[in-house]
Amino acid sequence: MNMMSEAAVEKALDQKMNDASYKMIGKDVSVYYGEKRALFDVNLNVRENTVTALIGPSGCGKSTFLRCLNRMNDTIENCRVTGRITLDTDDIYDQNIDVVELRARVGMVFQKPNPFPKSIYENISYGPRIHGLARNKTDMDQIVEASLQRAGLWTEVKDRLHESGTGLSGGQQQRLCIARAVAVSPEVILMDEPCSALDPIATAKVEELIHELRANYTIVIVTHSMQQAARVSQRTAMFHLGQLVEENDTDKMFTNPDDQRTQDYIMGRFG
Amino acid sequence: MSTSLILLIVAMVGLAGYVIGARRSLAVGGGLSSKLHSRPGYYGSFVAVWAIVPAVFVLFIWLVASPTYISSSIRGAFPDEVKAQSEAEQGLAFGMITSIARGMNVLSLEEIDRVGSNPVDLRSALGAKGVPLAGDPQPYMVEAAGNLNTMTYASRLAMTAAVLAISGLGAAFAYRQIAPRFRARNRVEKVILVSLVVASSIAILTTVGIVLSMLTEATRFFTHVPAWEFFFGTVWDPRFAAAGSGGSEGQFGLIPLLLGTLYIGFVAMLFAVPIGLFSAIYMAEYASPKVRSVAKPLLEVLAGIPTIVYGFFALTTVGPFLRDLSSQLNGLVTGDYSNFIQAQSVLTAGFVMGIMLIPYVSSLSDDIITAVPRALRDGSLGLGATRSETIKRVILPAALPGIVGALLMTASRAVGETMIVVLAAGVAARIQLNPFEPMTTVTVKIVNQLTGDLEFTSPQTLVAFALGITLFAITLCLNIYALYIVRKYREQYE
Repeated sequence: MNMMSEAAVEKALDQKMNDASYKMIGKDVSVYYGEKRALFDVNLNVRENTVTALIGPSGCGKSTFLRCLNRMNDTIENCRVTGRITLDTDDIYDQNIDVVELRARVGMVFQKPNPFPKSIYENISYGPRIHGLARNKTDMDQIVEASLQRAGLWTEVKDRLHESGTGLSGGQQQRLCIARAVAVSPEVILMDEPCSALDPIATAKVEELIHELRANYTIVIVTHSMQQAARVSQRTAMFHLGQLVEENDTDKMFTNPDDQRTQDYIMGRFG
Repeated sequence: MSTSLILLIVAMVGLAGYVIGARRSLAVGGGLSSKLHSRPGYYGSFVAVWAIVPAVFVLFIWLVASPTYISSSIRGAFPDEVKAQSEAEQGLAFGMITSIARGMNVLSLEEIDRVGSNPVDLRSALGAKGVPLAGDPQPYMVEAAGNLNTMTYASRLAMTAAVLAISGLGAAFAYRQIAPRFRARNRVEKVILVSLVVASSIAILTTVGIVLSMLTEATRFFTHVPAWEFFFGTVWDPRFAAAGSGGSEGQFGLIPLLLGTLYIGFVAMLFAVPIGLFSAIYMAEYASPKVRSVAKPLLEVLAGIPTIVYGFFALTTVGPFLRDLSSQLNGLVTGDYSNFIQAQSVLTAGFVMGIMLIPYVSSLSDDIITAVPRALRDGSLGLGATRSETIKRVILPAALPGIVGALLMTASRAVGETMIVVLAAGVAARIQLNPFEPMTTVTVKIVNQLTGDLEFTSPQTLVAFALGITLFAITLCLNIYALYIVRKYREQYE
């Protein structure tokens, strides 16, 4: 891909983003941990083929919101979610929605790289296997290769696919986890501070990867780094004390935010 | 002064030393503990250690050494004709002397005067005070008893003085060392370190001692019976060896006992492993915290039941139940109402032992399963795996080495179990494979060989030690292998 066409692709994507309907719509989302309320009536929509960054000081509820999007909060005791979240047109908290199916459509990458203590190959093939995405060994090999290639890890690991995934470096492990998420062909990928445990070089690689993944997936990323939000995202949402302060184009957010609190946070005056 | 009183005084000196030392350190630091190298408590402890440790050390040396010294000097003063007698008779004479000496302490001064040197009167006088003598004391014995009392008294006096002096001197020495830059903390911590080392070496030395004692007895056994006859013999028939009967030749084949042990252990694991593992998985992955907080302690209560209780549960309930069940089944199928399961059988013992082992399996496995990092669970669930897929494909494989280790530890418990087998599987040492028939284990035979009127020189008794050391070797190997596996597994997440 040369420079011209890359720019063209970017432009096309941006166009698509602006035209796009919302991939996920969150309406009046509130979350309670036991008696404590962690989110207050958040209304936030996620656009298709867009990287949406969630920023805000620690404990502001951005990770909580992220985990609502594929119901990972279900695994926490005493956690209660109210409001309505839709994926395309399906209410994901509806009785009829199978949470397993939902998580296959909305994948997740965690803060700390968490490869399974299995081989690299098995780490990738785990998801496709449980969802029956491969008809035979050849299919599976293709899925594994394609996923690793998408995650930019193929050339680094193709000769040691059957070595343990835990033996990789931190950055490689995180890209393995991204490849693992990609392998089940989700529509949305959620990332919870995916670079917080990585060094700058590995971070740069993962950021580049996120940028490329945008073409095929809708991405929501929680980050503590303003620069990272500015680099990888097109839309940014700012949380504070469990409330959504502002949601806007990233460019506007970092140059001329509507809300004073956003300005203060971005300028480093609190948080 | 009695030993406990001396100890009490030394402790008081130490306590006082602690208080004074702590105060003194504050005083030399000008009232500010920040000026001191260590916190005042360490200076206090330093003084207390010096007041207590050397004094107690001397006390114990003295308590051990002085009776030996006194006894040898009394024996040295025996008349020549006594010295010419055998060692055993000299020992008897010395025993009588100590009795007389103890008796003379009970008698009042006038009574001693009245009895004078008449040994026969002495015996009756002592008898009236509740100190019986084995025979009429001879004059030299009365004299030696007097000496013994004097020496004991002098030794005790000297000991009291020495110990108290050392305690005081130690405290004073330590007190004078106190200075702002004096490193009391380092010294005290070294003392603590040494005491920790001593404590752990006592445990290790005990193990070594037990093994050595078993080894020496076992080698004595192997002088009577060749090792290969023991390890590869297929008949267990030790005959009797009552004291004095001289003992007849028996056969000491280990194989039937070993087979019984392994067979019963295997049946027990057959019951315990699936039930224990499933309950561990339920507790760790599915149970709500409420259920878990009630069910887990309840399950662990099972582990607190004494095994003898399981034993009579087997004897009075499970055994007869299985026997009756088998006769009913037999009757329904063939019309012949005879039972094919004996009340005492491998099955009964294995089943009840399995129940006993459930809490071990489940509790150990539960700990190991919960130790699997939450991140792995989330990772799998986040990919759209169901709970059961997550458990089967991620958590159990990750926990497997630890679980295997836990199972090996449980197996070594099963191998060492005695009481249940005695009551539930009988004492018949046989080689056979029918789980409905009685068999017996190594531990049961050890108990058998060591109960009753014994002669510790016959192979019939000594075989118990050979059995013991064999069993020890088996469980030791199982435990070491289990520890090795568990440790290897731990490294994965660190």
